[in-house]
Amino acid sequence: MLDYVWLIVLFPLVGVLINAFFGYRLGRRASGIIATVAVGLSFVVALGILAGLLGLPAEERSLSIPLFDWIAAGDFHVDVSFLVDPLAAVMLLVVTGVGTLIHVYSNGYMAHDPDYARFFTYLNLFIVGMLFLVLAGNFLLLYLGWEAVGLCSYLLIGFWYHKKPASDAGKKAFIVNRVGDFGFCLGIILIFLTFKSLDFNAVFANAGQVAPAAITAITLLLFMGAAGKSAQIPLYIWLPDAMEGPTPVSALIHAATMVTAGVYMVARTHALYALAPFSSGLVATVGGLTAFYAATIAMVQTDIKRVLAYSTISQLGYMFLAVGVGAYAAGIFHLTTHAFFKALLFLGAGSVIHAMSGDQDMRHMGGLFKKLRVTGATFIVAWLAIAGVPPLAGFFSKDEILAAAYHSGYWPLWLLGLVTAALTAFYMSRAVFMTFFGKSHVSPEAAHHLHESPTSMTAPLVVLAVLAAVAGFAASWFTGFLTPVLGVAHGAPAAEGLPEAVLIGLSIVAAAVGIAVAWFVYLKRGVTADAEAARLGRVYGWVQNGYNVNELYWAILVRPIGKLAGWLATVFDARAIDGAVNGVALALRGLGRRLRGWQSGYVRQYALSVVVGVVIVTTVALVMVGVV
Amino acid sequence: MSVPSNYYLLLSAVLFIIGVLGVLLRRNALVIFMSIELMLNAVNLSLVALGMGRGAVDGQVLALLVMAVAAAEVAVGLALIITLFRHQGTVDVDDINLLKG
Repeated sequence: MLDYVWLIVLFPLVGVLINAFFGYRLGRRASGIIATVAVGLSFVVALGILAGLLGLPAEERSLSIPLFDWIAAGDFHVDVSFLVDPLAAVMLLVVTGVGTLIHVYSNGYMAHDPDYARFFTYLNLFIVGMLFLVLAGNFLLLYLGWEAVGLCSYLLIGFWYHKKPASDAGKKAFIVNRVGDFGFCLGIILIFLTFKSLDFNAVFANAGQVAPAAITAITLLLFMGAAGKSAQIPLYIWLPDAMEGPTPVSALIHAATMVTAGVYMVARTHALYALAPFSSGLVATVGGLTAFYAATIAMVQTDIKRVLAYSTISQLGYMFLAVGVGAYAAGIFHLTTHAFFKALLFLGAGSVIHAMSGDQDMRHMGGLFKKLRVTGATFIVAWLAIAGVPPLAGFFSKDEILAAAYHSGYWPLWLLGLVTAALTAFYMSRAVFMTFFGKSHVSPEAAHHLHESPTSMTAPLVVLAVLAAVAGFAASWFTGFLTPVLGVAHGAPAAEGLPEAVLIGLSIVAAAVGIAVAWFVYLKRGVTADAEAARLGRVYGWVQNGYNVNELYWAILVRPIGKLAGWLATVFDARAIDGAVNGVALALRGLGRRLRGWQSGYVRQYALSVVVGVVIVTTVALVMVGVV
Repeated sequence: MSVPSNYYLLLSAVLFIIGVLGVLLRRNALVIFMSIELMLNAVNLSLVALGMGRGAVDGQVLALLVMAVAAAEVAVGLALIITLFRHQGTVDVDDINLLKG
């Protein structure tokens, strides 16, 4: 099976081609089934790859599988080759597994959308790009997949492009990503200049012999890319707006897979980050701060998808905190559990929105659990998982991260993570209580339409709920599986400091406090969002608007650049560039006018010209021969 | 062989110059033609003179060829001038400026 790795990319690629050219002719059901089966087959191949790796002894589980030569230009050689190892296998399973579930869900969710073939084309295309990203064996192929998923993100966020907010959000996502990708690209160039190769094995093997300054520069530039793709400070602003896209898109791309590409990239290049303590520290700090910052904003959102968007930014911060302190396996483990419960939360939210006839405002919800049993139950499982309630998956993964942060010596970050855990429990509980429990604020017209979603939508919810519930128990196997690739997290439990049990206890207390406060405020006291807004006044509005960061960027970046662009287009382009081009034409015309006089039609003048020419040529010839 | 070959060449040059001046300064197309013939004959003279100086017969052979070509050229040229006269009513070259730019 390991020889047939390329099949994993082939199936969704075929799906793209079929849906792109024949999708509408095939009809809604066939189009959706083809896309889903394509990803499903990729999942089967991913399982095969896992089985193949498990069949090998642990030290040999890193296979470089070249496909074909790509670029050969002098010293610059890059080929399309895949690197299959436990890290890649884990990511493949997450991408294809969660991907398949979301494809199944999309068949139900997009059942009334007229543009179904385009949707499934883009969705499959995204899977192709993500698979290339994860399987890449060199930096250029990784970058290719990186850009491809960025493109698909743009296409899918702006899927309903007739709505201006949606098309604006798509553009914003792509442009902000591009800023990060600029850093990424510079990093890749620097890697080539330093290592003379872009191949992972070549670069990581020689990392120790290179000047530390170069490694630091490289890792900082790479992190710029990661910050853009994975929505960390200061490049996170595109993610909340990305909620304009269909909910399956939000689940797949902006929760489970694409946004995790940055974390994967840091884990993949851990050999470099381990040698650059400054960069690692920066990664951990940015991650921790982002986690806390985004959690505060999530606490006051009223749109259910926005809560989840800021939640994703926050949880990604946790993952970067983990890889920043050297706990790469813990970061990837949280990536995996997060994929399960966040996808579940998004799909559940989609189910709620579906039932609410498209309304996403939680202030119009309340008491929905009676009507939406399956959605509600699975959503509750995801809620408990993300809040860090044992024995669900989120508790295990989050606790590993906090423990790693504590033992790494970065205890302020540990404290930040702990407080964020409490905030996470709070805002998630708030969302659950406002949506599913308490007093119903549903309008009578909407209440007519309230019904549970079809099986195509609820079945994936159940599967994800099971995964979110039990995945935590695989923690130690998971870490062991990834150790040959990612090494062990440094910082063993120290003799001083708090014992392990206390740390775990504190995590549980944080979760409990968050849930309890939310219960008290929203269920016992029944405070509504409008009431809390009135109570907390201008601060509330400021936090709710993301601390007005968008407006800040607009003022200091977008408007000046817009003005510059306007000046360039109207003044510089019209006067300087057009002037130069037209000037050349005018000069030529003048020259032509002057030369035209020579064609007088006067035969004797022509004859004179001939004679003069002969005299000149003869003179020159005689001079050259040396006679004159 | 009593006349030095320089004299032949000098005469040839003078005839040639007279021919060139005729081409440049006269307006009547027929006179220009006659001047061209004068130039050709001047060249013939210099060819024969140089051939004689070398004691070979090549110059005279080439002069005969030139004369044949000149005859053909005159035939064509005169036909052209007659056509031109029929079209324009004049053989004054200054008045033939239809291709004026």
